[in-house]
Parts: sequence; C-alpha cells; structure tokens
Amino acid sequence: MQHVMKPNRPVGIVGYGAYIPAFRIMSRDISRLWRNEQDLNYLPIEQKSVPGADEDTITMSIEAANNALARARVNPNLIRAIWVGSESHPYAVKPSGTVVAEALEISPHAVSGDFEFACKAGTEAIQAAIGFVGSSMADYALAVGMDTAQGRPGDALEYTAAAGGAAFIIGPAEQAVATIEGSYSYVSDTPDFFRRAYQKFPEHGNRFTGEPAYFHHLRNSVGTLMEEMALKAHDFDYAVFHQPNTKFPVKLAKELGFTRDQIKDGLLVPKIGNTYAGAAVLGLTAILDIAKPGSRILAASFGSGAGSDAFCLSINNQIEEVRTLAPMTTHYVRRSVVIDYGTYARWRTKIIQT
Amino acid sequence: MDIPRYWRLRNQRYKLEGSRCKACGKLFFPPRQICTKCKKREMEPYRFSGRGTIYSYTTVYQTSERFEKQLPSIFAIVKLEEDVLVTAQLADIQEWAVKIGMEVKMVVRKIYEEKQTGPIMYGYKFRPLIDVD
Repeated sequence: MQHVMKPNRPVGIVGYGAYIPAFRIMSRDISRLWRNEQDLNYLPIEQKSVPGADEDTITMSIEAANNALARARVNPNLIRAIWVGSESHPYAVKPSGTVVAEALEISPHAVSGDFEFACKAGTEAIQAAIGFVGSSMADYALAVGMDTAQGRPGDALEYTAAAGGAAFIIGPAEQAVATIEGSYSYVSDTPDFFRRAYQKFPEHGNRFTGEPAYFHHLRNSVGTLMEEMALKAHDFDYAVFHQPNTKFPVKLAKELGFTRDQIKDGLLVPKIGNTYAGAAVLGLTAILDIAKPGSRILAASFGSGAGSDAFCLSINNQIEEVRTLAPMTTHYVRRSVVIDYGTYARWRTKIIQT
Repeated sequence: MDIPRYWRLRNQRYKLEGSRCKACGKLFFPPRQICTKCKKREMEPYRFSGRGTIYSYTTVYQTSERFEKQLPSIFAIVKLEEDVLVTAQLADIQEWAVKIGMEVKMVVRKIYEEKQTGPIMYGYKFRPLIDVD
C-alpha cells in the first residue's frame, strides 16, 4: 500500500507570505522573574516574539495572506478556500477565515473553516488545500498556519510560546514557485499537550512531549515520506521541522541524517520562539526566500495530540520573480522591539484585574 | 459600535475603501454621498492603496474603558499617497521613533474588544514600512 499522497493534478505553492510581530521578550527576563536566572545556562531559546496588544491570529493571518497574495499575483476572486490553522483563534465560535477572506477580497465565493491541531493546524490546512486544488474543485486555495501561543506564567512553555505564522496560496504546479512532489501524514492518540475548553493555558506532559510525541511522530512521517519517495537526507538541499525549542529539531535532524547546514536557514526558533501552528511553515518561508530553482526541500510539522505532516517540495524558476514582492521572513525576524516582562504580562492579559 | 454598524463599515475598516466622484474625480475617505467639490451625487467605491506618510501625530494616555488595553496609543493623521488625509492609530512603533514624514502602510488590527463576550472590532491602522513593503 502506498502511503505517500499525491494529487491527480500536480499542485504547488504559487504564493507565500510570512508574518511575525515586532515585539520580543528576552528569555533572560522571564528567567529573572521566575527562576532568579538559575537556568541561564540551559534556556531553550534567546528571545521570543510577542504580539502587540492590537494583534491576534486574524490580524496576523491577514498580513501574511496579503504577502502571499502579492507574490501569487492572482485575482483573489479565484481563491475558493480560506483555511486558517491555529490553536489561538480569537473566537471560539465564528471563523477566523471569513475576516481574512473579506480583507483580501476573496469572499464571497469560497469555503472557509478553522483548523485546530495544536502546532500542525497550518500544515493540516495545506494538506486540505492540496486535495482541494489537486482534485480540480478549485484553482487556488489559501492555507494559513498562525498562532499567538499562550504559556502559563512561570511554566516551562512561557519561555517559548510565541506568535507568528505563514500563509500559502496553493495552486496548479505549472504556476507554482515550489511544486509539492508528495506528502504524508501520521497521527495517533497521544495526549502530550492539550488545552481543555474554556481554559486559558494549555497543559503538557513535560518529558512525555519528547520521545513518544515529537520524535515518534516526526520520525515516522519523515521516514515514510523519504522511504516511499526513495529519497535520502542528502537528496534534500534544505529541511525544516517543527521547532518547539532549539534542541528538538537539531536532535531530530541529526538522527535522520540531515546536516546543520541543511536546517540552519529554516531554524528560526532561537530568535522568535515557538510559533506553534506557524513554526514549521515560517521556517519554510525563510527557505523559500533563499532557495535556488531546482532545490529540494523537506518540511515537516508536529502537532500535539498528536501527528505530523511531511512534505517534499521542489523549487521552480518562478521563485526568483516573486521573492521581493513582499517582505521576506528575515525582515520580520530582524525587526525587533524588546519589551519588558511587565509590558508582556499586560498585553498577554496575564495580569488579572478585578 | 453596534454590530450592524460594524458590519456595514467593514469595507472601509478592512480595505480602506472610500469613494470617488464620478464627475470630477475627487477622492474621499471615509466615503461621502455628495462631492464637496462639484456637489454631484454620483459616487463610486474607491480602494486606497494604504500607503502614505505621517502628517502629524499625538500620543493618547487617557481614553474610554474599551481602548485602555492598548494605551498609550499614538494617533496620527496620515497623508495617503492619493493626497487624502485619514486619522488612525499607529501600530508597531513607540513614540520616540515616530517622525513626521515617515512612510507608513495600512494594516488591519484590533481596534477594541467589546468586553469579554462581545464582538472583536478590527480596522485599519498604519505601521512603519518593512524593507520591500
């Protein structure tokens, strides 16, 4: 049985766009407040992105999607699906996608729904878009992975729970800047991290989030994709994995046979934190910003709960024409306004006012 | 803002859609029904590019309860590249960095949330340019 998925009609990314908020908090400042700097030698990252008080998954998705639309150079009316993947949708009931569709002039002739699968909600939306376009139900579909992740004050996750993401317009391969050669998804019931209804902060299984969750699912998704496509690590020019911290993707890459050189361009977590549904896809946009035509990319997400989507992409000549049509991912990474813990706590509504 | 009004204004809030006089070509934001120049009533929707420069600005420290979360807020008069002035909040910038004449771009941001249970109001703000913007 063939597990790798390929649509009848070849599809690819015709436009991509990133978004990362301007604000940062240093891990050192979080440590100072909660750990008296006793953990400075093993902080998971240097700093993380923080959304401004006026930002949420919807506003960030609009900016990333606008960037994707600028690069895709297609009439928004032709985009027939808007799927936003996130675990921080501003509304519990009311789709994020309809606001994005309205702002981009995509609506009304479109389907729209929100995806939720922890950190892989964005790639889940991409998989759906591949099927939607690949079956010729539509020529273009917009898939977004975006989050404003919350970490409980003082919890280990507070160091890394960040904000950002990316948008992709999936369309016919002949117009694509990157063709999707194949994809594979792997899921199992693994409760490594979750947030119950009406709860503000998620819970996690500490060390359980590693081996049986992150490593097991990524090992299987990437392993199956590479095996069935008869590809080895050295056949790829770039690789990007979900990045909840710096250690996990580096360790996984090594285990799978990828070099530091192959993963360095997509490894954004030390500078912006774990952007959850945005993490793997933001890393992918950073690679698309620099990859030469003919390059091959492996991109794999991980979502708690748990599952992983893995994609094999090849870069086309059109990439050179579209890169400068919107801000590149590194521009968003570089703009950095450092705020203190007090401002961060106020903006993220960690201060309870009665 | 009540829900019907928010819904009715979504084109101007999300897309900076104003109006253009079909007779004399004058542009308006927010949209107007009657042209102030030629007094004709034939207007059509016009979507502004969202690019402009800061004409003037001020910082607000005291406001009504619904805007408190975002204080202090910088409000600017932005001169759009179509030569129309619009008043809006600035985003992603601190007061010391704002300069008159600075180039800005329109973005959609949260204006306010109607308490814990009401709708979230989105609308235009302006932020400094990022590289190839």
